[in-house]
Order: sequence, then structure tokens, then C-alpha cells
Amino acid sequence: MTKVYVSSVIPAPAAEVWKLVRNFNGLPAWAPFVAESRIEQNAQADQIGCIRSFTLKDGGRIRERLLALSDYDLSCSYAILESPMAVENYVATLSLTPITDGNLTLAEWQAEFDCAPDREAALMHQIGTGVFQIALTALKNRFGR
Amino acid sequence: MVQVRQSTIIDAPIDEVWEILRDFNGHDRWHPAISFSEIEGGEPVDAVGSVRHFRLNDGGELREQLLALSDKDRRLSYCLLEAPLPLMGYVASVRLKPVTDGNATFWEWRSEFNPPAHRRDELVKLVAEGIYQAGFAAVRNLLRGRSAGSPIDVRPSRAVAAPAPSASVPRVAPTVTPGQAATTRAIVVERYGGPEELQLREIGLPKPAPNEVQIRHTVIGVNFIDVYCRTGYFDLLQPPGVPGMEAAGVIEAVGSAVSGFSVGGRVAYACPPVGAYCERRNMVPDLLVHLPDDISDDIAAAGLLKGIAASFLLHEVHVVRPGEVVLIHAAAGGVGQLLVQWARHLGATVIATVSSDDKARIVERLGADHVIVYSRENFAEAVMRLTGGAGADVAYDAVGNDTFGGSLAALGVRGHLVSFGQASGPVGNWDIGRLSSKSVTISRPNYAHYTDTPQKLAPQLNRFFAALRQGTIKVEPPRHYDLAAASEAHRDLESRRTTGALVLKV
Repeated sequence: MTKVYVSSVIPAPAAEVWKLVRNFNGLPAWAPFVAESRIEQNAQADQIGCIRSFTLKDGGRIRERLLALSDYDLSCSYAILESPMAVENYVATLSLTPITDGNLTLAEWQAEFDCAPDREAALMHQIGTGVFQIALTALKNRFGR
Repeated sequence: MVQVRQSTIIDAPIDEVWEILRDFNGHDRWHPAISFSEIEGGEPVDAVGSVRHFRLNDGGELREQLLALSDKDRRLSYCLLEAPLPLMGYVASVRLKPVTDGNATFWEWRSEFNPPAHRRDELVKLVAEGIYQAGFAAVRNLLRGRSAGSPIDVRPSRAVAAPAPSASVPRVAPTVTPGQAATTRAIVVERYGGPEELQLREIGLPKPAPNEVQIRHTVIGVNFIDVYCRTGYFDLLQPPGVPGMEAAGVIEAVGSAVSGFSVGGRVAYACPPVGAYCERRNMVPDLLVHLPDDISDDIAAAGLLKGIAASFLLHEVHVVRPGEVVLIHAAAGGVGQLLVQWARHLGATVIATVSSDDKARIVERLGADHVIVYSRENFAEAVMRLTGGAGADVAYDAVGNDTFGGSLAALGVRGHLVSFGQASGPVGNWDIGRLSSKSVTISRPNYAHYTDTPQKLAPQLNRFFAALRQGTIKVEPPRHYDLAAASEAHRDLESRRTTGALVLKV
């Protein structure tokens, strides 16, 4: 099992950041690499078990199932069903934690997955730096002061 | 049930922050509210279930039990067992998370408890601000100081040599007019030797440099270390030089780059460089202490160096635990009196040695369990008799030559000899192979290594001031000598006729 963990401080209150990221269908609004997204079978975006199908700006297509969403813990977990990345058993969690000192937010994004050993380093970099950190940096800039 | 949750970002790698926080007994080294902490029963500090017993600067005592500790999640939880405040059912946890984007650390401190309704807001505020936020700031300062390798603004407040004049500190005209050669009366050692080498002279006093303050001494402490400086045993003083490392007084001028001190402020110090035996001196204020209103100049000059020494001897060089047998030589002397009182307070059985019956009575009044007049009785045999052959757990020996061998003989198996002076002469050469017969540990602590940075000094000061306030230790009013009579003070100190502290009055 391979793990990736990335975290950033977002310069905005957690409730405000959560409003944006809790939308399972909302990636195009803030993740720079996502072109468009829809929820399959006309489900609601906060219905546990719903599937988002989105296309990347590079043309790739990914389907992910919502496993957990908590407005109490400010966290969201999902699994990859289909993707161009050769990963299996991929489960990721995006969570927010308030930083009371300054009213900021700690955003954490972590994933666990299985993959071919020779692909591990490249995938960790691709997911950690190329996906999670780019998205968190976009969040930071969006709320930047 | 109320919940308090505070969190912050510390600009340091998570491992550095966790190293500080995971030490369940280490909070007295960084939290400004805490003067002293110990783990009960000698349990390991990271044993889940261990209880820390600690004291606040205001005198309140608390006990908290470690409920969970995880190096994996970098989280620890604890609950309150006893407290002077009604924080009923208080359970708290501390956890850290890495901020990978920038190598910083997220720190959350949260708790739940049941306060009485009418004190709810007050207690929530106390916990959130007085404990958690104050702790955040203290750890941030501690780490900032480490990375800069320079003095930092930790409690108690002290100066930081600022690179540029600070707008908040008014530039004050020093008492000495520029261009005019000012002088001050001082005791000068022209060459190493006996007390007669302490001569009163008029020496030049320049304006303080930008990073210095000028202090007018009111009371100057006389310590055995001054004798060692005078004789050349320590090379802290290079003749011609002014001895003395302890004094209290008033700030008279402040260098342009100094912040945190102002003219008229009451201060004291117990640190190198030498030069205290004079009316006025300039010094870098890194280790200068702001004197609280309830500590007199007399007590500061008489007690600061000895109190700091007693603090690290009992809490750091050897951690005295309840039930230990502690042997203290020269127990009627300045440090000796503090060691006796403090070791008793820590729950030790104190066996004290003195040179005369008069001194024995003093030490008995301080609470020593047993007092041995070593001129009349072999103290090593007496210790073995009093302990049923078990011997002492630790011996504090500043007498040196006369007692060193006896101290070794008086120790039990795995005993600890703390040799921190040689009033009767150097201890000479010893074959360390012989120590294995009892697995003896010997420490030879150097004052500077426990006090030469604000970070090291702060816990000693906090413990000492707290112990004074709580009456754990009492510093007897010192014996006064005129500055000009410094040689007389040294003669009396070396003759072992004195009890308690000696000071020079300016």
C-alpha cells in the first residue's frame, strides 16, 4: 500500500473553504487541471455512493465514487473507479481543520493505493505534487490575501 | 460540558515540535505558567499512565495523568487529577500535523470539561488563552531562539540585543557625559593571590556600548567562585580585573540597540563576565533579570546565584525524587541552606554535614532529618548507620578535598556524587576503576553550562522565584560588608566562620 500526504495552510476560515470544496461535483471551479464534471445517474453531489465523472484538461477521464462526506469533520473521502493512472484500491480523503490562531484552515489531502512497484515513485509524485499540491495551491491563491 | 479548541501553525518541522511536546514532564521548560514539574514515582516520562505533578508560578499545584501517547499520530491525551480550579472532568489532547507545503507544523490543543456554570466563561478563557495560546507562543519563541542561536524573549522578560534602535525604547542620556572621563569605585585584583589582593581603586567607566546597559549596583553577592577567580583557580578573571558575578541594582543608562530595559528598572544578575565588585558597570543584558517587586535587592544579591545553582543541582544535575537519601555538605553555607530546604520539600531524606554545633542548630531548624558535625564524627560511617547500610542516593559536595573520599564511601550502590566545588582544596586524582565497586556516577557541573542562555536560565529563575514565594526555601538576610571591605568578606568566607550569604553594600 502506497501513501501520499500533502497539506497546506489556506488563508481563509474553514467554513468558507468547506463551502467550496464540499461540492463533489465542483472540481472545475477550483482545481486547475479539471475541465468539466458531472454526477452520474442524476444523483445529488452530496449523496454518499454517487459517482463523479470528470475530464482533465489534458483529456483524461476519471470516475470516482463518494465514500464519505462529513459537514461535522469537514472531510470527504472517495475511491477511484476508472482513471488513466495505473492504480488499484485508490482511496483518498480531503479534509479541513480550523486553525483558530488567525482563523485560517489546514487543508490535508491524502491517498492510499496499490500499484506496480516500478511505477510507485512516479505515481506518488504525480498524485502528491501534480494533483493534490497544485489544487491546494490554487485554493491558497483563490483565498489569498 | 464545554469544549475548548485552539490551533496554530508553528514555523518549524513537525519532528522538532513533537520532540518538545511529547515530553510529558518537559512543560516547565517552555510553558510560561509552569514553574516546576516532576513525574511521580520515577515513572518513565513516556509511560502511559504516568502522572506529572507540577506547580504554577502563582503557586497552584496540579496533577495530570498521561492517557495516550502516539508517535505515529503525534498525539497525546491527558486528564487532570487534581487542580486548584474546578476544571471538572478535564481531558485534553495535543496533536500535530505536518504542513508539507513549507515544512511547518499544525498544532491543535483541545479539551473538554465541566465547569461550574457561573465560572464557565472565565475558565474557558483561562484554558484557551492562559494555557493553550500562551503555550503556542512559548514554543514558537523557543524554536525561534534555537534556530537563531541567539537570546530570545522568554520568561522572565529579558533583553534582546536588537540590530537597530527600537522605537519603543527611548534613547536616554547616560549619566556620563560624552568626552568626560567618568570613573567608578571598584575592587581590583592586580595579581592572583590571597584576600589582600582585593584592593579598592577608582577605575574608568565608559559609556555603555549600543548593546549594553549601565547598572548602578546596590548590593553585590560574595560567592566562593569569587575566591576561585581571585586565586586564579578559575581563569574567569584575568588580572588586573574586577571579580564578582552577582549583584542587584538599578539601570542607569541603556545602549541604543537594547530593548526590554529602561532607566530606573530594578535588575539582578548571576553570570559571567566577572566585574560585579564595583559601584557601576556596563554589561550586555542577555542574562539580566528583571527583579519582581516582591524580591528585595538584598535577597536577590544574596540568593540569585545560590538559588539558581540549587535549582539545577536538585532538578537537572540530579533529579531528586521523593524518598531519596540526600547527603549535603556545608549545609549551613549559602547554597547548602537552600539545598537542605529544597531537598526536604522534594520529599528527600536529608542528611546534612556541618563543621560546628552552632551550624548544626541552624541546619536542624531548616528541616534536615539528620545533622552530622563532621569535625567530630566520621560522616561516611554515620550515613551508613543512619541508612541501615544502604548509603546515600546522592551527595552534594562543594567542600572538595576534605570530603570527596568520604562522600564516595557514604554513597549507596548506583549513588551519584555531585562535586560542585572545592572549598577545602581540589579533590586530586582518583582512579575511576574503583567506582565500579558501587557503580558510582560522578558529576562535575559547571554553572555556566546550566545558565548561559536565556533558555537555560529561565527555568532556574522560575523555579527559584516560585520556591521563594511559596516559602519552600528561605534566603536568610545576608551579612553586610562595605565594598571597600571585600577582602574581609573573603577572609570570613574562607575561614568557614560564616553562615548564610555575604554581600557587599555600595
